[in-house]
Amino acid sequence: MILKRHRTITAILLWLAPICFLLLFYFFPLGSILKLSLARSQQGLLSPFLQAFNSAIPWRVLGFTLWQAILSTILTLALGLPGAYLFAHYNFRGKPLLQALTGIPFLMPTLVVASAFNALLGPNGWLNIGLMQVFKLTSPPVQFTNTFTAILVAHVFYNTTIILRMVGDFWSHLDPRLGQAARMLGANRWQAIRLVTMPLLAPAIAAAALLVFIFDFTSFGVILILGGPRFATLEVEIYYQTISLFNLPLAAVLSILQLACTLVLTILYTRLISRLSIPLSLKSRIVTQRRLTSPRSKLMAGMIIVTLLTLLILPLAALAVRSVTRIEPNRGEQTVTSPGFTLDFYRALEINNTDSIFYAPPSTAIAVSLGYALATTVLALMLGLPAALALSRETASPISHGLDAILMLPLGTSAVTLGLGFIVALDKPPLDLRSSWILVPLAHTLVAFPFVVRNLTPALRSIHPRMRQAAAVLGASPGNVLRYIDIPLIGRSLLVASTFAFTISLGEFGATSLIARPEYPTVPIAIYRLISRPGELNFGQALALSTILMLVAGAGMLLIDRMRIRDIGEF
Amino acid sequence: MKTKFLYLFIVIPLIISACSQTSGSPTNAGTAPRTLTVMTHDSFAASKSVISAFETTNNVKVQFIASGDAGTALNKAILSKDNPFADVFYGVDNTFLSRALTEDIFQPYKSSLLADIPTQYKLDPQNRALPVDWGDVCLNYDKSYFSQRDLQPPQNLEDLLKPEYKNMLVVENPATSSPGLAFLLATIGHFGTDMYLDFWRGLVANNVQVVNDWETAYYTNFSRWGGNQPVVVSYSSSPPFEVLGSKTPLTEPQTAVITSDGSCFRQIEFVGILHGTKNLDLAEKWVDFMLSITFQEDMPLQMYVFPVNPNAKLNETFQKFLAIPENPAYVSLQEIAANREAWINAWTETVLR
Repeated sequence: MILKRHRTITAILLWLAPICFLLLFYFFPLGSILKLSLARSQQGLLSPFLQAFNSAIPWRVLGFTLWQAILSTILTLALGLPGAYLFAHYNFRGKPLLQALTGIPFLMPTLVVASAFNALLGPNGWLNIGLMQVFKLTSPPVQFTNTFTAILVAHVFYNTTIILRMVGDFWSHLDPRLGQAARMLGANRWQAIRLVTMPLLAPAIAAAALLVFIFDFTSFGVILILGGPRFATLEVEIYYQTISLFNLPLAAVLSILQLACTLVLTILYTRLISRLSIPLSLKSRIVTQRRLTSPRSKLMAGMIIVTLLTLLILPLAALAVRSVTRIEPNRGEQTVTSPGFTLDFYRALEINNTDSIFYAPPSTAIAVSLGYALATTVLALMLGLPAALALSRETASPISHGLDAILMLPLGTSAVTLGLGFIVALDKPPLDLRSSWILVPLAHTLVAFPFVVRNLTPALRSIHPRMRQAAAVLGASPGNVLRYIDIPLIGRSLLVASTFAFTISLGEFGATSLIARPEYPTVPIAIYRLISRPGELNFGQALALSTILMLVAGAGMLLIDRMRIRDIGEF
Repeated sequence: MKTKFLYLFIVIPLIISACSQTSGSPTNAGTAPRTLTVMTHDSFAASKSVISAFETTNNVKVQFIASGDAGTALNKAILSKDNPFADVFYGVDNTFLSRALTEDIFQPYKSSLLADIPTQYKLDPQNRALPVDWGDVCLNYDKSYFSQRDLQPPQNLEDLLKPEYKNMLVVENPATSSPGLAFLLATIGHFGTDMYLDFWRGLVANNVQVVNDWETAYYTNFSRWGGNQPVVVSYSSSPPFEVLGSKTPLTEPQTAVITSDGSCFRQIEFVGILHGTKNLDLAEKWVDFMLSITFQEDMPLQMYVFPVNPNAKLNETFQKFLAIPENPAYVSLQEIAANREAWINAWTETVLR
């Protein structure tokens, strides 16, 4: 009894900070803006719902949102699963680098991704230039931007790394003897995979797919910039209704609809994830991984690697190449016929040629970005660690399941709605934060926090409780148990979680653009400022700065992968 | 080794950010400067010297809240009107002005400088919103595209319906883009509310391309930058800025503007003092400052917009390359206020579905 009460108190203490944070900086702003928006209809809080659901808009938009998310998820699985198989079963030279590279897309702001795809597939992209030269065409044959294909390709580009990491990690620890036994007993290769491996792998695949689905379901920038005006997800429609049409009641109804859907998805996700952590005599990678020896396995690996590189790395490489290429067409020519190498755009970044008060050289933008990223990391760890500790100790309680799902809710919340929520709710001292720089790391923490919890919880669960009990019996206080047992054992996971928080903050654009202080632009904001002005120099500088961001994010990803060798990672 | 590397990863950014955030605001001897908060959109820019001159003269620190596009910034001002966190709002244009006036966020201020400003810019007779700058949204075309093909560039909106200009136009979505909305208003002003949709149906038949933002239209679709369409909805200021923003100095722009009667729409941006300001004296000084010659002459190079104060002089490049339409299309503020949403919805139904 005493033990149980003691546990409850510990749980409450651990949950205190994360819950207070979410209440104050998520539910309170969100609730305030939704209430205010609905109240503007002046016919009672219910009437916007009745009006909205009697019109065609919510159903049409919800239908499209689900449809593109389902298709995107299937395609992401189709690309990700072979890759996960390769990473799980084989060791080869360059594997850590390849894994790090495939992680970069996930951290790039949509603005950069759109430029990257344009550099590769746009009317003046490398592909079209090449095809025009080879086949002597006068106009670019490939149309990419503003198509449904562009949306699907961009979603696959962003999220394949989730499948690679979540499924790949789990798969690499499955006991290969189970499949081998099936083969010995007469099953062919496919039967062994279908009847033995797949059922064991299913929860991991389902959890990864569901996370991908959540990201696709709440997609905003990809739809707006690459999909174009004919496509609208819920998130995009919320933006239209709020900013362009100022129909706040309808925007609020759509926000609530999106939140409800996200909540269902995150509950499903946390259910599946908790099944994953039931240990199935997982094996070390030394046992499960082989070298590529047979010609057949080499061919297969080659094909998978080429496909991954083409879809995930080629657009980014095209952008990097474009940033050091002269892009100004010669007079009287439609395209650059002899692209020349130049570092002019990088040099121009350091020059404030207009004496603007908001001019920030890239070194400042990078420093500001790194500063916000650091603050985000510290905040996210301070909140994520106790939440993860609480979750790892109470595996079965329905309350902890519920809280786990709620932690992920910010991932599915419209940035416009939440940004305006901050303005409406955090307006009285001591919490008048409306013009404070602190809003930026707070908003980033809301996004980074779920990733921290996801990374720390399984590592904490893997610590045998007897080690803690032994330490306690030998006289260690709860604080010392944490310090000398838990923290050292989850060191690597802690580092992985920090790097995730750090890089997520580096690449965030949507919320930042709503709340950032103009004199402290982050790198994505600085890129946006450059690209929204006419002239070759501005465009070239935007590409140069995007390339710098890519390199920083790539270094972060490399660090993550060096550190996560032993972990059975969730995402 | 690895731990050391990690420390570097954390410590270096700390040092950099500590060094870079040294702020030195000029203060007069004696009393500490007050703070004036100016809320605006993310296209706002001004020269350091111009702003610090205002700060020194009035012993004030100007804090800018400049985040989000024009619509988002206005929404922020409206949603915080009961408890404002800024003294002044700058950057509401004539397509959004009705929203600001209906929501009653501004208090009247009859600046003495208004006397110089032509009446065509003064859209609010009560002087709650005071005009600061203007810019024309016009069709731009790629000069070499047409000269190479020995084709006459289109001269006006009607030309765009002709078969020889099929596949040649890219426009922005009025629901997501400010120039997109301005161009829709130009067609409404030119063809009238009963005929503009017919014009758009004709453009659809001529395969007009629609994108969501200016950046995509200009840098992806426009043939000047390697795209497929030689005609784009942009600003009359784009050609001079092309000259100013080029790497190898251009002697003349590669693009030109169509300025025929009714083919452009003039966006006028306004400033207003927010209800509930605690710094009314400073706010009034700031508004006067924005209308003064110093600020007005600084705007074109910083924000690509032009002074409403006729005493402000334009930079040489502009005088040389800026084409100003004599008769831009006109739609009254009242009509915009009454029909803005309906027009956007009707356009969406006609062009996109």
